[in-house]
Amino acid sequence: MIHSRLILSAALAGGVALSATAQESNPAVDARQGQFQIMALNIGVLGNMARGNTEYDAEAAQAAANNLLTMSQIDQRFHWVPGTDNESIEGTRALPAIWEEGSRVIEIWGEFGTGAEGLAAVAGDGLDAMRAALGPVGAACGSCHDDYRAAAN
Amino acid sequence: MRGFVRFVLILGLVAVAAGLWLTRPISIPEEEVAGLTGDAEAGEAVFWAAGCASCHSADEAEGEARLVLSGGQAFPSDFGTFRAPNISSNPEHGIGDWTLAEFLTALQNGISPEGQHYYPAFPYTAYRLAERQDLVDLFAFMQTLPASDAISLPHEVGFPFSIRRAVGAWNLLHLRDEFTVEDPLSDEETRGRYLAEALAHCGECHTPRNALGGLDRGAWLTGAPDPSGQGRIPDLTPEALGWSTGEIAAYLNDGFTPDFDVAGGHMQSVIQNMARLTEADRAAIAAYLLHARDDN
Repeated sequence: MIHSRLILSAALAGGVALSATAQESNPAVDARQGQFQIMALNIGVLGNMARGNTEYDAEAAQAAANNLLTMSQIDQRFHWVPGTDNESIEGTRALPAIWEEGSRVIEIWGEFGTGAEGLAAVAGDGLDAMRAALGPVGAACGSCHDDYRAAAN
Repeated sequence: MRGFVRFVLILGLVAVAAGLWLTRPISIPEEEVAGLTGDAEAGEAVFWAAGCASCHSADEAEGEARLVLSGGQAFPSDFGTFRAPNISSNPEHGIGDWTLAEFLTALQNGISPEGQHYYPAFPYTAYRLAERQDLVDLFAFMQTLPASDAISLPHEVGFPFSIRRAVGAWNLLHLRDEFTVEDPLSDEETRGRYLAEALAHCGECHTPRNALGGLDRGAWLTGAPDPSGQGRIPDLTPEALGWSTGEIAAYLNDGFTPDFDVAGGHMQSVIQNMARLTEADRAAIAAYLLHARDDN
């Protein structure tokens, strides 16, 4: 009985997700896109220093790295509701592979966490140390985009 | 009447002979390259610029593993799925027993040592434009790379594309000895054009293709459908991209877009190659791209 009710509500949830259109924003999608924007903004602070576009500022670098570390510690479960992939709804480039068996997203998110930890440990110790520690963070982002984000239209 | 039939038959035979002659595999003779010697160190720079590892290393290879050119990656297309072969220094399964002339014939004419046409998924169409000495250096470098005994997988290509000889006809239509951007360029832009068009073969993904799979050079670097079937490979023209030379050069080094997004897909692997170039070479590619945009 409980089972059939679960299946019914799952089916309803799926139906709701399928009927969602471009106009309706999805809170989970909004939340994760916002999350990535915050990440990009903070990576940008560090990336611009690494590129020599802005002067290295140990305090600002540390703050940005701390933010990235904090972001990596946010539990992701509510951002990634099943049925919010790009085949089910508009407005996202998240591929269904995220939710499929054998998905490496959790592992890669862990790599981002490790990278962010390494970055936060040295971001205030000078430009070279920060630049070197930024690499693994970017690599984790790229790993996920490689297999789990569709190309833009 | 018999005379006419004979005439038609002879005409047909002449046409077939001409077709076979025009589409014949052309090899570079050993004598032509006898005096050339390669510099492996210089060849490493060519190796990264030419992007060999992006297609010929194993799927998902990272770091030093990208130097093991065991092949195996799959490339879907409208004509079937192509499989990158083993081009490691293994003499049996790779190219370890190739002569320099065979190597150059493969890279510049698209012909295997056995005299078979390669499919243009292999960008000999671009490498054809490369300086011969650069490829001689590349050959020297590739001989220093690890050997892999992985067996090359067959392409999954159906009839009629399975007829290799047809590639000879394709070559007549698409193999060119001129760069696509032909207007006067500064020294830096010329270097960038060489890197982008002859070695890095940017156009292979960033330029749309015609029905025969040839590059639509009139729409050079204007982007193309992603072969995965979803989304598009970006348009590199000014309105579409809108990045500065500094932003392009920095992206090719650290992989961050001006908005600090990170590339995914095949471009990630390309950036790992580009990051090995000199800063001047990345800037040259950026200068070329900005120029190439002006004419589109």
